[in-house]
Amino acid sequence: MKVLVPIKRVVDYNVKVRVKADNSGVELANVKMAMNPFCEIAVEEAVRLKEKGVVTEIVAVTIGSKAAQEQLRTAMALGADRSILIETEEDAQPLAIAKALKAIVEKEQPQLVILGKQAIDGDNSQTGQMLAALTGMGQGTFASEVVVDGDKVKVTREVDGGFQTVELKLPAVITTDLRLNEPRYASLPNIMKAKKKPLDTVSAADLGVDFAPRTKTLKVEAPAARSAGIKVASVEELVSKLKNEAKVI
Amino acid sequence: MGILVYAEHDNSTIKGATLNVVTAAAKIGGDITVLVAGKGCGAAAEAAAKIAGVSKVLVADNDAYGHQLAENVADLVAELGKGYSHILIPATTTGKNFAPRVAALLDAEQISEIITVESADTFKRPIYAGNAIATVQSSDSVKVITVRATGFDAAAAEGGSASVEAVDVAKDAGVSSFVSEELAKSDRPELTAAKIVISGGRGMQNGENFEMLYKVADKLGAAVGASRAAVDAGFVPNDMQVGQTGKIVAPQLYIAVGISGAIQHLAGMKDSKVIVAINKDEEAPIFQVADYGLVADLFDAVPELEKQI
Repeated sequence: MKVLVPIKRVVDYNVKVRVKADNSGVELANVKMAMNPFCEIAVEEAVRLKEKGVVTEIVAVTIGSKAAQEQLRTAMALGADRSILIETEEDAQPLAIAKALKAIVEKEQPQLVILGKQAIDGDNSQTGQMLAALTGMGQGTFASEVVVDGDKVKVTREVDGGFQTVELKLPAVITTDLRLNEPRYASLPNIMKAKKKPLDTVSAADLGVDFAPRTKTLKVEAPAARSAGIKVASVEELVSKLKNEAKVI
Repeated sequence: MGILVYAEHDNSTIKGATLNVVTAAAKIGGDITVLVAGKGCGAAAEAAAKIAGVSKVLVADNDAYGHQLAENVADLVAELGKGYSHILIPATTTGKNFAPRVAALLDAEQISEIITVESADTFKRPIYAGNAIATVQSSDSVKVITVRATGFDAAAAEGGSASVEAVDVAKDAGVSSFVSEELAKSDRPELTAAKIVISGGRGMQNGENFEMLYKVADKLGAAVGASRAAVDAGFVPNDMQVGQTGKIVAPQLYIAVGISGAIQHLAGMKDSKVIVAINKDEEAPIFQVADYGLVADLFDAVPELEKQI
């Protein structure tokens, strides 16, 4: 079967982001970018399914500027067979992204779409669910285990309080949680090979999707800073402060 | 104008997060209708009717909603939600699972995890793991919103007298089915609702050592949490994880034990009123957000703490 893995280029998770002085957003110029960590887990899961013989082809896809080709190359170095860049300079919101992905799903006809559960920039956690809704597919979100069995897939999901297992008819959408797997690193030979793998570019405009956001960002601010605390010398002093000063116990 | 609030419940009682969502709805302004969907959820509907500020409760009692499968619940909420200006859903794993599906079905963008209501169409929400706060304005005719419970006080669970109305809408998308669930059992307060939370990190070294935290927690009436490092190391189950990818808490007192304070963890707890850090590494980033920091070996400090409280 074919698997589609949508990935996203985001600020590297180790970077401490700074809000722009004019409050229009966060500073992205000259900041290290990388593949969203949850997307890496999605790619890894697809590759493992291929290694098990369940999957025959992995197609990575992303939406963004030309620079996002870098992340598609990474996905191919990790094991994706080919990739598609939906090129746009707009800052696409999850609904528009889901609509664009729907167009790709209709063309490619994958049996599984595996996405990360959320991107660490917008923290939305929407795209997978929206794509599932638009295509009428079942969804297995926040997956910690995926077992394909014939024309069905069993997904164990991380929920508040523990785990829930659901069974979905294929084709289906899965979003990955952190514990699904440990992504591998790309080896140098694979990085070289990935340069020769096919990367198609389609213009977002050609997909007939309106990327104009209906949710406008008015302002981005730094969160209120916590006032500096104090160091206490002993447990006794700590308990006394909590009882008498902070009055929380 | 009218606001539809989706109630999270266990068939007999309404879960805490729903009460915070009702408060968010009251800040937007307009009649508040609470939807209780499930199988055998009559008692939960009665409880919902008592929440202060709620004018109507809709009950969708059907096999299809028994396990809150996203495909079925989203179809139901999207159909019922058409007549409302806002659909508010708790940002729990259940809510986050189906809410975007509702939004897509209504061709609306979703606003995730709001922490304040600025006006009926303008909200604040954290982005970049809480390192920036965005003020966003929606122009969608139906606004689908998930609400971060810790951003709002809980509405009073008693005092209301809403009418209860059954809705006979059975939606079974037929693409998914429930297989099983495995829930961790705990007698301590729920992590997201607890007034005091004590969390352990990699510094705890193993699962047995969490016993020390449980003892302190039981004395304080606290919930016990963990960092992702402690969960990934297998010390404790994942539903105890506090952080960007786990639970978001904002208790009166948060005690971080053996936790370095990675950005991911801070995103889940830095809105706590008072933060205490116990760590033997005085350079640990957790000390930058802690109101009270104790540089000490946790294996000495925690038993001592238990003795003194």
